[in-house]
Amino acid sequence: MDLNNFINSDFLSTVLLTIKLAFLTTSILLIIGTPIAYWLSSTSSRIKPIIETAIAMPLVLPPSVLGFYLLLLFNPEAGFGKFIETVFSVRLAFSFEGLLIASVIFSLPFTIHPIQNGFKSLPKSLREASFSLGKSTFQTLIYILIPNIRPSILTASIITFAHTVGEFGVALMIGGNIPNETRVASLALYDEVESLNYDIAHVYALFLFLLTFIILLIMFRINKTEN
Amino acid sequence: MIEIDIYKKLAHSELKAKFNISNGERIGIVGRSGSGKTTLLRILAGLEKSDGEIKVDKDIWQDKNIFLKPQSRKVGFLFQDYALFPNMTVEENLKFGMKNQKDSARIEEMLDLIELKKSRKYKPNKLSGGEKQRVALGRAILSDPQILLLDEPFSAIDSELKEKLRNELLIIIEKFNLTTILVSHDQDDINKICNRVYKIIDGNLNFIP
Repeated sequence: MDLNNFINSDFLSTVLLTIKLAFLTTSILLIIGTPIAYWLSSTSSRIKPIIETAIAMPLVLPPSVLGFYLLLLFNPEAGFGKFIETVFSVRLAFSFEGLLIASVIFSLPFTIHPIQNGFKSLPKSLREASFSLGKSTFQTLIYILIPNIRPSILTASIITFAHTVGEFGVALMIGGNIPNETRVASLALYDEVESLNYDIAHVYALFLFLLTFIILLIMFRINKTEN
Repeated sequence: MIEIDIYKKLAHSELKAKFNISNGERIGIVGRSGSGKTTLLRILAGLEKSDGEIKVDKDIWQDKNIFLKPQSRKVGFLFQDYALFPNMTVEENLKFGMKNQKDSARIEEMLDLIELKKSRKYKPNKLSGGEKQRVALGRAILSDPQILLLDEPFSAIDSELKEKLRNELLIIIEKFNLTTILVSHDQDDINKICNRVYKIIDGNLNFIP
């Protein structure tokens, strides 16, 4: 395949799939990560250190370890994987849905840590004033706390997005490099280098390099403006 | 009538408080730092737990079996740092605790009273210390509290401005005939605003005649 044809076909579908995965991972994590971050920032529960450790694990754990355990979990012949396939007719192993779940788990700390730090930086009196004015925890989160940690939410979104775009190990273990389904840009780059297609590898590498640079640049610009 | 009889173990001491407040009365509480003055207000507001009972008219806010959440207690709490919401304007801060947020006549009346009509669209970071205090007080009053709790309201105010602000605060409290507890380390604050004074000595709340 020459370079022009490739850019019109495989490249575009891989890029779109990569962006779709990063967008969905970020959106899901913002929805589930914000309440978890709030809970962690305000609780003195005994199980807090255990939950914090579990969330931070992807920062240091080799992605292949998490990928391996998720692969076992997603096995369609047994347990959770079989249950999901029977009830929802969704196969998690080597599918986009499975890759999405793995990405969400693997990017948890990148969303939760900045948001948790944002909540911690707010005076406790803001939350207590809202409670005293009759507002529930949910109303306090929506109207007071989240609007006052916008830079943290933005940082969390952008780092999660960038991290998902650059993720390789988990995608390889769970996804299996299937075109239009799980073949994201980082896997495609590896594949093309393995096949000695350096021209095409260059395109993927440059795309990932520029995309990461641009989204980090946007984050620093916006945070500078907010401050 | 508010009936309070509580006990709480503090980090280095304890706090015992037993007293009643009639409606419209203004109670002052003095005591050294760490004596539990602020803790007492937080217990009344439901922001901290303690042993004992708190009864407000016929409602039980706290006893052995009941503990009302802060949201269910009708308390107006003026925090030491005022706790104005930085993302909201003066007007939005005032509206936030109101049951009927569309009652614009009430908001206009309050903006008039706290003399901030021209600053209604300002965010709190554009206000002076005294203005922030008036917004926080107005916001607490508009939530229709049964009791107003003031935690060191003048600690962040220059001494030259204090006298003026004490007078303004007293005018507003008297206008709404609010049952009030004011906590301060400054006896002058208490003498100016309150009609009954207690002092926390060795963890016990003592009436000062």
